[in-house]
Amino acid sequence: MTVTSNPEQLIPETPPNWRKYFSFSTDHKVIGIQYIVTAFFFFLLAGVFAMIMRGELITPEPDLLDRTVYNGLYTMHGTIMLFGWTFPVLSGFANYLVPLMIGARDMAFPRLNAAAFWMIPVVGILLILSFLVPGGPAQSGWWAYPPQSLQNPTGNLINGQFIWLLAVAISGVSSIMGALNIVTTIVRMRAPGMGWFKTPAFVWTVLAAQLIQLYGLPALTAGAVMLLCDLSVGTAFFDPAQGGDPVLFQHFFWFYSHPAVYVMVLPVFGIFSEVFPVYARKPLFGYKIVAVSSLIITGLSGIVWVHHMFASGTPGWMRIVFMASTMLISVPTGIKVFAWVGTIWGGKLRLDTPMLFALGGLINFVFAGITGIMLSSVPIDIHVNNTYFVVGHFHYVLYGTIAFGIFAGIYHWFPKMTGKMYYEGLGKLHFYLTFAGTALNFLPMHPLGLMGMPRRVASYDPEFAFWNVLASLGGFLLGISTIPFILNMVSSWTSGKPAGNNPWKAIGLEWLVSSPPEHENFEEIPIVIAEPYGYGKDEKLTENLGG
Amino acid sequence: MNIKKTVTLSAIALFLIAASVWMGRVSYSWFPPQASAEAILYDDLFSILTAIGTFIFLGVTLAIGYNIIFHRAGRYDTSDGPPIEGNLRLEILWTVTPLLIVIGLAAASYQTYDKMNLHGATEIAHLPQVMESAYADTGITTEPMTKIEVDSKQWAWVFRYPEKNVTSTELHLPVDQRAHLKLRSQDVIHGFYIPAFRVKQDIIPAKTIDFEFTPIREGKYRLRDSQYSGTYFAAMQADVVVESPEDYDRWLNQAAKQTPTPAPNQAASEYAKREQKEDSAGWQTVVPAPAPMVNYHP
Repeated sequence: MTVTSNPEQLIPETPPNWRKYFSFSTDHKVIGIQYIVTAFFFFLLAGVFAMIMRGELITPEPDLLDRTVYNGLYTMHGTIMLFGWTFPVLSGFANYLVPLMIGARDMAFPRLNAAAFWMIPVVGILLILSFLVPGGPAQSGWWAYPPQSLQNPTGNLINGQFIWLLAVAISGVSSIMGALNIVTTIVRMRAPGMGWFKTPAFVWTVLAAQLIQLYGLPALTAGAVMLLCDLSVGTAFFDPAQGGDPVLFQHFFWFYSHPAVYVMVLPVFGIFSEVFPVYARKPLFGYKIVAVSSLIITGLSGIVWVHHMFASGTPGWMRIVFMASTMLISVPTGIKVFAWVGTIWGGKLRLDTPMLFALGGLINFVFAGITGIMLSSVPIDIHVNNTYFVVGHFHYVLYGTIAFGIFAGIYHWFPKMTGKMYYEGLGKLHFYLTFAGTALNFLPMHPLGLMGMPRRVASYDPEFAFWNVLASLGGFLLGISTIPFILNMVSSWTSGKPAGNNPWKAIGLEWLVSSPPEHENFEEIPIVIAEPYGYGKDEKLTENLGG
Repeated sequence: MNIKKTVTLSAIALFLIAASVWMGRVSYSWFPPQASAEAILYDDLFSILTAIGTFIFLGVTLAIGYNIIFHRAGRYDTSDGPPIEGNLRLEILWTVTPLLIVIGLAAASYQTYDKMNLHGATEIAHLPQVMESAYADTGITTEPMTKIEVDSKQWAWVFRYPEKNVTSTELHLPVDQRAHLKLRSQDVIHGFYIPAFRVKQDIIPAKTIDFEFTPIREGKYRLRDSQYSGTYFAAMQADVVVESPEDYDRWLNQAAKQTPTPAPNQAASEYAKREQKEDSAGWQTVVPAPAPMVNYHP
């Protein structure tokens, strides 16, 4: 590792002020914030797409948008929310927090880290530019199932689907680079004394998530490249008209894209596990089993993908096997849920904004978990598969749980990242608007699905109108809910009160250093002597730095 | 455990059970009418899942709510809570209980699936294999009726009745007889989905997929494409008419006498309208197949 051996020669100087965020900095903290802020831009963009879609769906007729435009918007909404917002923002958290939490001065491969980040704006710009090519952006959803995704009505070599596949492949490469870096850092660079069962739960979940990236992403990236060849070079891996097998693509796609949900939700589980002890003033209940359950999820999530294909023409035995494996996943996730409830049980709860978002996220996740079990049941899935029931379940996971966890994390570590306190009133307002908006937007999707409204439609039968109006109003409310958040972040960062090193009186290596932490974090590498959640125990976390 | 605690816990448990049973009952009202034998099996299973789900959801949220209300830190209280790090018995309990629940749910789901007897695409060789048990006391004919060919294309459904060589854009089925469809697609993947029947099957191009179910209630229902198929995906719908065997035969004979005419097709007509406008707001699309020529259309 050449990180610290000769920094003057190898690493470009990091500018001292705001300009550092626009530089090829190799400081994991700068890269972390670059990821988070860039991702938030894509969050707003894809959120606007969603609101335009909800505007179309507020009436049954296709009256606001041309159908092609609706299809392009829903495709780009999903793609940008996943590859532009959720993955990058969580990479940002992993980048920022992992070295601090494990007592390291930086990531294992700082330049690889910077290179992986700078591929994300490329992905985003490619996707946005695809709106400008003739024929518009990809219009095949974020699954891009062939042969529909191969149809290319313009006949041009450079078309929306081509750019989409290119962007997905680049995003895959970026994520593989990031995963390699993060896994190496966690395995090799933990501070002296930090055995696996002294490692914070967030670090465990990041490790579990990034291991999925390493085994799963090659499948998706290969599938995307094969589809790209079918589209542009004339191969026939997936084209049934030439003897290819379109269902094979679905296996490539879901082999990664179901575990991908765990890549996104595991770090959020980690954020919950960090936040609950701090604001309940109690140790994480059953810390060791919570930590290990993340790795069980990593293993199980690799053998569940066919539950997305129950209606695709899968043989009966396969449906039953994958139903069983899918249901099993509820055991390790159940362990986590009960452990969080055990953590807050009888504690001294402080309902600051991070705690509100974590509690709201937990409640939403329990709901999403229950509809998830329903979906794993083969006969149940046969009816609700590809309906709004799935859209509702998915958004309760992606928004109700993951976005809530991300907001909890942003508020919780905002003082550490910026050295400033955020405004609690605006934070609470943001929470209540988001919670109400989430329920109003995504709950009505469940009855719609049970009634039989397919997903991905630009128009629908009038019988579905009532719940769609509610969902649309919820969508607009979610748009409004981001306003206090943006106001809060901008004004707090520029003129918030100084936060001090540890405003939450939290336990953890990241709270032992200044806010924001100096370049290279630790002057002296900490020697860890205690488990990470010693609330109420009055013990020292490290031998040399106190805590 | 003292008496007060026992009474409180029992009351909460009773409340949870009552609420769960009630939700399980209510869940039947969330669906379209039960128009197939499969739908009855389906709604029963869903009701069980809803009841169990309600129990878990309410249990967890009540526990959270209790702590939010009764275990808030005082305004100036900066002390920590009790340093309880875990409880092995509880942890084993909440690992084993969910495990048992999901094993039970998997078993129940398998049973329902078995009774519904929905064929996956690769079981064609085993047909017909109707589970008599599911219909033992319903008086339903389990022998599959004449096969109906279902042709899907961007963006139209055409149903062909080979026995009379009739084509139609409306699917007619006799009540209380097991329907046997041969699903085909001419272009991309479509999904055959009739919500009132609770059945769905993707149609993979270049394959013929056998699909069976049993309508049990006369009426008009909706068939929708359930696998995204491009620009006019949302418009790819058709009516399904379930009628008495006599009415069905009458309709079939009537239709056989009519010469084929072009059926109205939403995708084709929307596309034609779009082509007339020079400054269309949309992007280039796959051109819809021309309106199908059929003996019968509504």
